[in-house]
Amino acid sequence: MLLIPCPWCGPRDEAEFHYGGQAHVAYPEDPGALSDEEWARYLFFRDNPKGAFAERWSHSAGCRRWFNAVRDTATNEIHSVYRVGEPRPVTP
Amino acid sequence: MRRETGGRIDRTRTLRFRFDGRDYTGHPGDTLASALLANGVRQVATSVKLGRPRGVFSAGSEEPSALVQIEAPFPEPMLTATTVELYDGLVASGLPGQGRLAAEPDPARYDAIHAHCDVLVVGAGPAGLAAARDAARTGARVILADERPEPGGGLLGTAEEVEGRPGAEWAAAVAAELAGLPEVTVLPRTTVFGYYDDNYLVAVERRTNHLGGAAPAHVARERIWRIRARRVVLATGAHERPIAFAGNDLPGVMLAGAARTYVNRYGVLPGRRAVVFTAGDSAYAAAFDLVGVGVEVAAIVDVRPEPPYRAEAAARGIEVLAGHVVTTALGDPEVSSVLVGRLTGTGAVTGERALDADLLLVSGGWNPVVHLFSQSGGTLRYDEALGTLVPGTSRQAVEVVGAAAGDVTAGVPYWLVPAEDYGTHFADLQRDVTVADVLRATGAGLRSVEHVKRYTTAGTAHDQGKTSGLLTTAVAAQALGVPVGGLGSTTFRAPYTPVSFAALAGRDRGALHDPVRVTALHEWHVAHGALFENVGQWQRPWYYPRPGEDMEAAVRRECRAAREGVAAMDASTLGKIDVIGPDAAAFLDLLYTNMMSTLAVGAIRYGVMCRADGMVFDDGTVIRLAEDHFLVTTTTGNAAAVLDWMEEWLQTEWPWLRVHCTSVTEQWATVALVGPGSREVLAGLAPGLAVGAADFPFMTWRETEVAGIPARVCRISFSGELAYEINVTSWEGLALWEAIMGTEVVTPYGTETMHVLRAEKGYPIVGQDTDGTITPQDLGMSWVVSKKKADFIGKRSFARADTSRVDRKQLVGLLPEDPELLLPEGTHLVEFSSLPEPPVPMLGHVTSSYRSAALGRTFALALVSGGRERVGARLYAPVGDGLVPVTVTSHVLYDPEGARRDG
Repeated sequence: MLLIPCPWCGPRDEAEFHYGGQAHVAYPEDPGALSDEEWARYLFFRDNPKGAFAERWSHSAGCRRWFNAVRDTATNEIHSVYRVGEPRPVTP
Repeated sequence: MRRETGGRIDRTRTLRFRFDGRDYTGHPGDTLASALLANGVRQVATSVKLGRPRGVFSAGSEEPSALVQIEAPFPEPMLTATTVELYDGLVASGLPGQGRLAAEPDPARYDAIHAHCDVLVVGAGPAGLAAARDAARTGARVILADERPEPGGGLLGTAEEVEGRPGAEWAAAVAAELAGLPEVTVLPRTTVFGYYDDNYLVAVERRTNHLGGAAPAHVARERIWRIRARRVVLATGAHERPIAFAGNDLPGVMLAGAARTYVNRYGVLPGRRAVVFTAGDSAYAAAFDLVGVGVEVAAIVDVRPEPPYRAEAAARGIEVLAGHVVTTALGDPEVSSVLVGRLTGTGAVTGERALDADLLLVSGGWNPVVHLFSQSGGTLRYDEALGTLVPGTSRQAVEVVGAAAGDVTAGVPYWLVPAEDYGTHFADLQRDVTVADVLRATGAGLRSVEHVKRYTTAGTAHDQGKTSGLLTTAVAAQALGVPVGGLGSTTFRAPYTPVSFAALAGRDRGALHDPVRVTALHEWHVAHGALFENVGQWQRPWYYPRPGEDMEAAVRRECRAAREGVAAMDASTLGKIDVIGPDAAAFLDLLYTNMMSTLAVGAIRYGVMCRADGMVFDDGTVIRLAEDHFLVTTTTGNAAAVLDWMEEWLQTEWPWLRVHCTSVTEQWATVALVGPGSREVLAGLAPGLAVGAADFPFMTWRETEVAGIPARVCRISFSGELAYEINVTSWEGLALWEAIMGTEVVTPYGTETMHVLRAEKGYPIVGQDTDGTITPQDLGMSWVVSKKKADFIGKRSFARADTSRVDRKQLVGLLPEDPELLLPEGTHLVEFSSLPEPPVPMLGHVTSSYRSAALGRTFALALVSGGRERVGARLYAPVGDGLVPVTVTSHVLYDPEGARRDG
């Protein structure tokens, strides 16, 4: 069970959180202007790296806030957490 | 047999127990294994595949052989005799490799506890005790967990000294010091079985198992500890490993360290005349301890040509056969003699001769217990000198100390005594895997230990290969001609030792398995004989049978009341979300497929929400309470998901929208009053309300008093009939319901009737008639998808090629040609009156199926490929062994023109 540092509440058990998949996949400004392929990429395509991955979490059983985390998918180490709207921190 | 003196047992008390139908005695401090050995019982079980006799092989949780079942006081399968503490009245039997689950429910309590600490020390042997003491003296919060009943670990089974004191005495002193420190928790009988991320470890504490029938009922039998530790010290010790030779599974063959433990700790002589077969030094101490208590040691057979301690052995009258091996253990059903031979320069064996012995001690070296370290994400390194895996590095804050870190006595790696036939050289005793089996695997071309494991099943038994894993790897490596270290190891996974499901479930079973949610009216439903249906965590009245009625009759009566008279349902479980803020209308426009911002205050609109992929996610009604204030209803099971969905979009995509969303599901009690007679009933209860169709039109709401209770009344219908939904605070819900029932003209109905009524009207249930691949258009609801709005969640997807395919599954009605035939929900639909060779193209499936009083027949809803084009066509449904014909119809089967909604 991960110990996830919620940027609002501090470190809490993973059981309090809900996973939200890859971060920084913004809803397109004008979906109507996208080709089917571009829209499909938004809907269905996500990165799946081994290593650092920026992803969304929601502290659903706590403050109910969404935030982003950079987690190493191979080791589960969380490099950093940051609030929605903040840029992805530079990680090694 | 029992020694006259010695051992950490209480000889002043006698415990009676029964094993395999015979009565024996032992003492407090015994394990079942030590008590059996003390009574001369050497065969404990039989092996799983070959049915060979098996005895006690070890003195701990690594035991592969002595599998037992407790029969009384409570049946428990698959325990090892070496870890069962003896208690008075114990009844057990040996197992042929497989246990039997108890037939009766477990009466014991189980529990769980969450704990945090600065330092968690696993293992209370010398290294663990020292680590815990050092940490505790700094004032740290320390938890020390050990699987055995008494701290001291291996010290209790040897005569070794620590810090100038006898080991057992030293251990007791350290334990006493720890017990006196307020920040220290010492957990005996506690196995840390899993090591997870961020130093989260899980342990099981066996609190009353050892008390047998005397266990107090109010104390949990076992307790799961979920521990978050700042730092972890693993002092998990080492397991002695066996050597493969012919007959190495016979009762009487025992790990050398285990024999030493039986002598010293339990005061038991495991045999009278022993041969000791070793590749290292530690077995000498065992041999000397045995001699010291009167066991004759026929010889120490050492694979090393120049073993140390020869003089010490000679001084005790023990012959050391250097450069020798044991080739065979002979005897039936237990060891009676041992064949030994000399190793030649090529590793072959020559000059075999027999030695009489009833006990054969084996020591192939020591394997550090690296299971938890490996689970922590730690790497393992093969140590050539020790011939074993030792801890490398871990990303977690963990240290390994003592024998677990590789601090074990010296020896040479030696695995397999050569032979012509490897059919009784056992690698894994519990799985009956022999060296011949391993060679068959490598001969078949398997070159990975993981594949050899799966091919032979070595290491997959209840003991998870604690004594056999590395031996299997070494035999495979030898056969493949590669170094043992080059073959790696199989994965160490939790649990370290078996954990009962009852312990893992803890208190979360039976009624406490999942929270139960009931409405404010629940007691009335119970008192009036309702049967209940679980909808998510909610208990909803299913139907209200009258005496003599079955479900079919009750539902037919309830449906008739709703269609022809007046009926009421507890609709309180509908999800309700309060949406407020200056941008609430704009937000709902983005969320729903249809327009909500144009809704007038005082009006209600049905709406559908989709995911961005255009698939239906939820539906419900939107009530506009004020310009900036809405009340949204959701399906019962989806209320939390819809709130999550709203918050996600507000926080992550549209943070500039000034909107707050609050769940108010439980703040309101809701009663649906349904049927042509509902207006009259409402008028009687709410004299202040103008109930005429013109004054109170469909899809509007009014605030009024109903039965004297402040209420919001909505004209909404989920049945097609004239209907009202009356909302009051939960506190007054029961009073409202009792007032309605007090009119004595209203029939209560449950969810089954609700389903029939809505299905007759073709109203889909999200999650029953949809499955995440269905668009609003598939449901025949193009009208709910706005063409005017610039955007809403899902809009772009409706322009995808996939969502306009003509063969998409669409919601239709089905009428079985036999009007009495009820199609099972989930039934597939095909075009053929007799099935062709498979694969048979499936056109779709039945999603809802009921008997209809209004239609006088059965009917169903179904998702059918190109369904709307098939209206009028005949399809076939495989039911039982046959194919039954059904006719495709519109999904709206009752009152398609909507004539009934105004009463």
